[in-house]
Amino acid sequence: MAETPMVNLTIEGLAVQVAAGTTILEAAKTAGVLIPHYCYHPSLPVAGVCRMCLVEVEKAPKLLPSCATTVAEGQVVHVYSEQALEARKGVLELLLINHPLDCPICDQSGECELQDYTFAEGRQDSRYREPKRFDPVEDFGGDVMYVGNRCILCTRCVRFMEDVHKDPVIEVQDRGDRARIGKAPDNDLTQAWAANVVDLCPVGALLSKDFLNKARAWELDRTASVCNGCSQGCNIVVETRDNVIMRYKPRANDDVNKHFMCDEGRLNYAWLNRPDRITWPQAAGAVTGWEGALASAATALKGKKAYVVVNPSLSNETLYALKQLIAKSGGAGYFSVVQGPEAPLPGVADLAVRADRAANATGAELLGFTRSASPLAKLTASDVLVLVDVQLSDADKAAAAKAAAVVVIGTALPQEIAGAAAVLPMTNYVEEDGTFTNLRGRVQRYLQAKATTGAARPAWYILSDLLSALGEKSEYFTASAAFDALAKAEPAFAGLSYDTLGLRGATIQGAQVTA
Amino acid sequence: MGYPHKSHPRETPVLSKHFGDPDAISLDGWKKRGGYKALEQALNMEPSAIVDIVKASGLRGRGGAGFPTGVKWSFMRPGDGKPHYLCCNADESEPGTFKDREIMRWTPHALIEGCAVGAYAIGAETAYIYIRGEFTEPIQRMEAALKEAYAAGILGNNAMGTGKRVDVYVHKGAGAYICGEETALMNSLEGKRGNPRIKPPFPAVSGLFGQPTTINNVETLAAVPHILNNGAEWYKAMCLGSPKSTGSKLFSVCGNISKPGNYEITMGFPFKDFLYDLCGGPTQGRKFKAVIPGGCSVPIQTMEEAEATLMDYEGFVAQGTMLGSGGVIVFDDAQSIPRQMARLARFYAHESCAQCTQCREGTAWTTKIMERIVAGQGTFEDLDTLLELADNMTGKTICVLSDSCATVVTSGLQKFRHEFEALITGRRSSTVPMAVA
Repeated sequence: MAETPMVNLTIEGLAVQVAAGTTILEAAKTAGVLIPHYCYHPSLPVAGVCRMCLVEVEKAPKLLPSCATTVAEGQVVHVYSEQALEARKGVLELLLINHPLDCPICDQSGECELQDYTFAEGRQDSRYREPKRFDPVEDFGGDVMYVGNRCILCTRCVRFMEDVHKDPVIEVQDRGDRARIGKAPDNDLTQAWAANVVDLCPVGALLSKDFLNKARAWELDRTASVCNGCSQGCNIVVETRDNVIMRYKPRANDDVNKHFMCDEGRLNYAWLNRPDRITWPQAAGAVTGWEGALASAATALKGKKAYVVVNPSLSNETLYALKQLIAKSGGAGYFSVVQGPEAPLPGVADLAVRADRAANATGAELLGFTRSASPLAKLTASDVLVLVDVQLSDADKAAAAKAAAVVVIGTALPQEIAGAAAVLPMTNYVEEDGTFTNLRGRVQRYLQAKATTGAARPAWYILSDLLSALGEKSEYFTASAAFDALAKAEPAFAGLSYDTLGLRGATIQGAQVTA
Repeated sequence: MGYPHKSHPRETPVLSKHFGDPDAISLDGWKKRGGYKALEQALNMEPSAIVDIVKASGLRGRGGAGFPTGVKWSFMRPGDGKPHYLCCNADESEPGTFKDREIMRWTPHALIEGCAVGAYAIGAETAYIYIRGEFTEPIQRMEAALKEAYAAGILGNNAMGTGKRVDVYVHKGAGAYICGEETALMNSLEGKRGNPRIKPPFPAVSGLFGQPTTINNVETLAAVPHILNNGAEWYKAMCLGSPKSTGSKLFSVCGNISKPGNYEITMGFPFKDFLYDLCGGPTQGRKFKAVIPGGCSVPIQTMEEAEATLMDYEGFVAQGTMLGSGGVIVFDDAQSIPRQMARLARFYAHESCAQCTQCREGTAWTTKIMERIVAGQGTFEDLDTLLELADNMTGKTICVLSDSCATVVTSGLQKFRHEFEALITGRRSSTVPMAVA
């Protein structure tokens, strides 16, 4: 492919060089200038309808929509000229004439682009003296609610359903100021990825029913993370208030999930808030300190083969520590993966809800664990069963009884294993730092979003202590150090570190590139 | 007016020559009157030669913008390997305009011939005639005429026995004014919501179904066969004013005037003579007050301006307005200009496609203020708001519907401000109640 020619232009006095074909709006972003806009979204086709991104371009007869105008050599763009500011002020006034201004009861308040740009560039008051238009609230089905009064008809939602989801069930209905977003009869927004329209909506017109009236945007703490619902590994933001997860939002990553995440993943957070956790280390049914419980586990494991059954959503760091435990004892590691229907997002290449409903099956396989529908099948009476964050099926429960001893590392206790030699409480994935390897071999970091319960520790930390107790020198005090050890030992992960991964991830060597 | 009037001696009947003549509707009748000679001639010419003749004739778009037709056609690159399309814009929805309707009613074959010649000239094998949905009779006549033309082998895979393919289809619109905007028309033809598209890309690059497309008005295309038959020089010679405006032009006249109807005159004809002589002046006992000369989207003229106007593209601009589509709306001294302007604003508010913010909200807001002023509840502040709003609605949107609404307001307010002020101060209120649309 021939190299794209570059274009030089000036935006707000700054020299900018971008590839030919770039829009002025995107070019301005590279210069650190955010041109206000509503209908434009980098993951959607350009509509050019909100007219908010009008800028002055020297020698052009009138203001140009920067989202729909490509750069030209030598162009001089003024974003904040008097003319451009007046035009945008005019758009803001018009967007607000029929807007209910009900920010105090609106979920979008605090993260609303209408609020933000009005504060930045809008009028102090309105000249509108007429009655406002009224549209009733409508349930769009799925997780989506439509508050027509707040709608600015940017059509992001319509374009998402039509051009990205390829299931055009919503549209602009009627004309003039009577226009609103309408749903096709007998169609709900229950498609696998439909709730993305809530994120795309720049105002409070499309709301999540799940998040409705739960929290104010400014009360939320936001942490970069990765969804662990399937092997796609969509980048997300975990939003918490007072140590409780309030919602997931997608985090943009063009290599993985663009700006989207599926509804199933989005609503799959409540279990991370569950109160019935293992909080304290136990040895033989009695609560002890960490030392007692670790000693009990080490005694049980000494000289025996460790038969390890893991949850395929454990971090690479934890799986690597377990691999060391298996290697030391001559044991084996197994996992099973819950399966679900695949649900692709048609408009984005290689983005789907994957059949493997677990985050790190790829990592588990790379680290030598064996996928099996009945992971306890090969357990023998001389093995010590190590269960790491797994819930056992009925068949597995019976099989587990065979083991010489059981060591549980977990977040919630499987009731039937009450007689375990040691029960070691671990953090769940939003309570720790770590990495997952997605189905394309992309290693991605997730960050700790909330504090843990009781004395729980990250599983890799527990295992590091356990390995030390078994005489293996293993001392990691941070997830980053654990990962460095992994990268050093495992050729597949060679060259990677938390620094090189950043928040966008990196692909392991020899991984299958995008299908 | 259901039936055309007798041609006035000062008219130049070219397109309207057979208006009112039922014999001219059928194919046989049309052929007797010289029909399809131009098409036969055209199909045996190089397409570029036709474009050159049209360029030389000075023919300009009759839909409102006045863009030179030959130049528009020359944007269509021959041999680019893509299918080309011709769209005939017969969505005549501009209030005050009803010339295309009469062309289709009385001389449907003239339009078919024009479309076939135009399609051939731009390298298109398919032409679509997009007709306004409310035009039931013109649609019937066009469809009947198409049937005749296909049966006679004039259209189809072997048009007039030349081995060239020319297909013409009639498409019925669904009653949206905005579908007369060329890119909205293309969306509508494709089965989409009739929303104007962002330009660029222009239709000549990516138009109907993403292919190079030319869109011409009914009157423009109907004039082409006459140009081929009589030569570019003949057409160019029809000019009384600016040499940039040539040929004959149909004007639809309505409102408070003695003889409303369609009139065809040579470009550059004096507007004063047109109004008082051809159209018979005001009705008895009344005086003219104002004229909107080019369909409701052009600025209103005072009589002083109108009487000094020469009727061509440049002449109207010189007197503060535009030729537009040639829909002359006349107001006499019994009319309240604010009330008329409020009614027009309501039209635009109703027809806005709702894409652009300025148009969707601005037209509706303008209407509300105007109607409040007409109802005697206005303030002087409202007049400033209206003007600022109009400024905000001009030159900032995808199409010009918003600009048109603003034009109505600003020209009305500029030229008849005293009437608005009178309503606000209560010295005189509008006597006629507002019609509800």
